[in-house]
Amino acid sequence: MAEVLVYVDHVDGAVRKPTLELLTLARRVGEPVAVALGAGAADTAAALAEHGAVKVLTHDASEYAEYLVVPKVDALQAAVEQVSPAAVLVPSSAEGKEIAARLALRIGSGIITDAVDLEAGDEGPVATQSVFAASFTTKSRVSKGTPVITVKPNSAAVEAAPAAGAVEALSVTFSDKATGTKVTGRTARESTGRPELTEAAIVVSGGRGVNGAENFAIIEALADSLGAAVGASRAAVDAGWYPHTNQVGQTGKSVSPQLYIANGISGAIQHRAGMQTSKTIVAVNKDAEAPIFDLVDYGVVGDLFDVVPQLTEEIKTRKG
Amino acid sequence: MSLRIVVTVKYVPDATGDRHFADDLTVDRDDVDGLLSELDEYAVEQALQIAEDADDAEVTVLTVGPEDAKDALRKALSMGADKAIHVEDDDLHGTDAIGTSLVLAKAIEKAGFDLVVSGMASTDGTMGVVPALLAERLGVPQVTLLSEVSVEDGTVKGRRDGDAASEQLEASLPAVVSVTDQSGEARYPSFKGIMAAKKKPVESWDLSDLDIDADEVGLENAWTKVDAAAERPARTAGTIVKDEGEGGKQLAEFLASQKFI
Ligand SMILES: Cc1cc2nc3c(=O)[nH]c(=O)nc-3n(C[C@H](O)[C@H](O)[C@H](O)COP(=O)(O)OP(=O)(O)OC[C@H]3O[C@@H](n4cnc5c(N)ncnc54)[C@H](O)[C@@H]3O)c2cc1C
Ligand SMILES: Nc1ncnc2c1ncn2[C@@H]1O[C@H](COP(=O)(O)O)[C@@H](O)[C@H]1O
Repeated sequence: MAEVLVYVDHVDGAVRKPTLELLTLARRVGEPVAVALGAGAADTAAALAEHGAVKVLTHDASEYAEYLVVPKVDALQAAVEQVSPAAVLVPSSAEGKEIAARLALRIGSGIITDAVDLEAGDEGPVATQSVFAASFTTKSRVSKGTPVITVKPNSAAVEAAPAAGAVEALSVTFSDKATGTKVTGRTARESTGRPELTEAAIVVSGGRGVNGAENFAIIEALADSLGAAVGASRAAVDAGWYPHTNQVGQTGKSVSPQLYIANGISGAIQHRAGMQTSKTIVAVNKDAEAPIFDLVDYGVVGDLFDVVPQLTEEIKTRKG
Repeated sequence: MSLRIVVTVKYVPDATGDRHFADDLTVDRDDVDGLLSELDEYAVEQALQIAEDADDAEVTVLTVGPEDAKDALRKALSMGADKAIHVEDDDLHGTDAIGTSLVLAKAIEKAGFDLVVSGMASTDGTMGVVPALLAERLGVPQVTLLSEVSVEDGTVKGRRDGDAASEQLEASLPAVVSVTDQSGEARYPSFKGIMAAKKKPVESWDLSDLDIDADEVGLENAWTKVDAAAERPARTAGTIVKDEGEGGKQLAEFLASQKFI
């Protein structure tokens, strides 16, 4: 069977969930060969093997942390040349898309970004995408070269599928462009202890209706009662009530959880773009005419300052 | 020496309109009003600020798009850009991101540049890959997705807020930069700006001006194919209740019925 390269997103050897989902999709089109780069690369092997990687190509060099994007493109290109894969799958993060695009151009291949599903097809992998603020679904494929496809988080279930996962050193020669953009400083984002927004099964969001940074405690309390991630509309972020990293929507994160709870959010098209594919949608808004209610499975027309705390209490009581 | 800044701007269908596909599965640009992509307004704004901070700078706005895309250029000129380039050719219809980056790169090289400023993503395609592709094609550093940017002594610096960390980046010019909607509100064109824009030069180039063959671009030659597009079925109408003191409990009941609690 043909091999499929999977680019591994990891933090010091801890594999992030979207990569494990990619392995599920990769197995539909071939045998997954993972590529892990940077500090801790070899430590990813156990988790990758457990989820179906037949091989794990690793390479560590200080360039990956010290320079932007290009060293990773050089390495992935080296992996493509070594393996001659049937496709290359990359997690759809901001960086993942940039790496994928430059790789595609270099190897003369077409690129598809932000796939939400992937199947084998007669003429290569067929990607499903959700476009125009998730109002349309398209099926696309790459018609030239080795398909390079970036896949959004939550596009497939993580499945155990034990495979050899043999670690092999990848040999990489950096191009003269690799050191063009220097990373002169890095401040790691502080962990909140809550699930990652794009990976969470439940997301609880607050918008302009939350009316102040201090009131986000109400949203966080509901989120914590459900073990959920916290999201925010751009209005709430622009007002400085919640960090931009938590913004849901076109210019923030795109989420697709089992359950999305929108509180004090009107449901503008740019917000919908980032949450419309959620399985179940619930909203609390005091305006019965708010467009968010067009999307909901269940909606409460009411003041979030009454409804949300009551909901949180009730959840706690039921959970005991 | 003058700092030559080229800003890439896209003319897109209004996101609040009823966007859909044409019969050939390209984005329908006829039925929905178009405008300068809001995310590219941020690019124009940062370019203008960089130009204002430089001793001597010239800001050129560049678009690849149909006839109407001139509107996007006019808007950018009325914000304060100095001149505009419109690449327009019938053979461009249906060009994908890889092809668009080829046309933009050739046009940028022809125009001459020290700094390219792009938006973070187009609001219709939302790929967010063209700036990286431009850097690859032009062979210059990519300093992308910046929420803060400055240029001094031939060096561009910026802050990139990523998922895991916030990074400080630095590169020598020439370079390609892209800025996010966190980089600062874009200015509104003043009345004076709008009047002045009418007299600013807009050059039109076609593929032959850029030495690009028709078989390198367009729908037929795209490296990706859209085989099908279907409107997402409308979500079935949900239950909506008015809070009369028990709204939170009712919602909890619904969540329990769906096994979320
Ligand atoms: C290019 C572009 C990109 C954008 N990207 C994004 C994006 O990524 N994400 C995003 O979210 N937006 C984005 N926007 C902005 C978007 O258009 C909306 O302005 C924004 O989503 C509105 O946020 P909101 O719903 O919180 O605020 P509003 O639209 O002001 O809605 C607030 C809602 O809260 C309700 N409310 C008020 N008080 C209460 C209360 N006490 N109890 C219950 N309900 C209450 C009101 O009835 C109202 O419906 C973008 C815009 C542009 C132009
Ligand atoms: N047709 C185009 N004309 C000019 N600039 C473009 C065009 N397409 C994309 N861009 C630029 O590339 C950025 C990212 O676009 P995209 O990769 O399509 O999401 C945009 O914000 C623009 O700055």
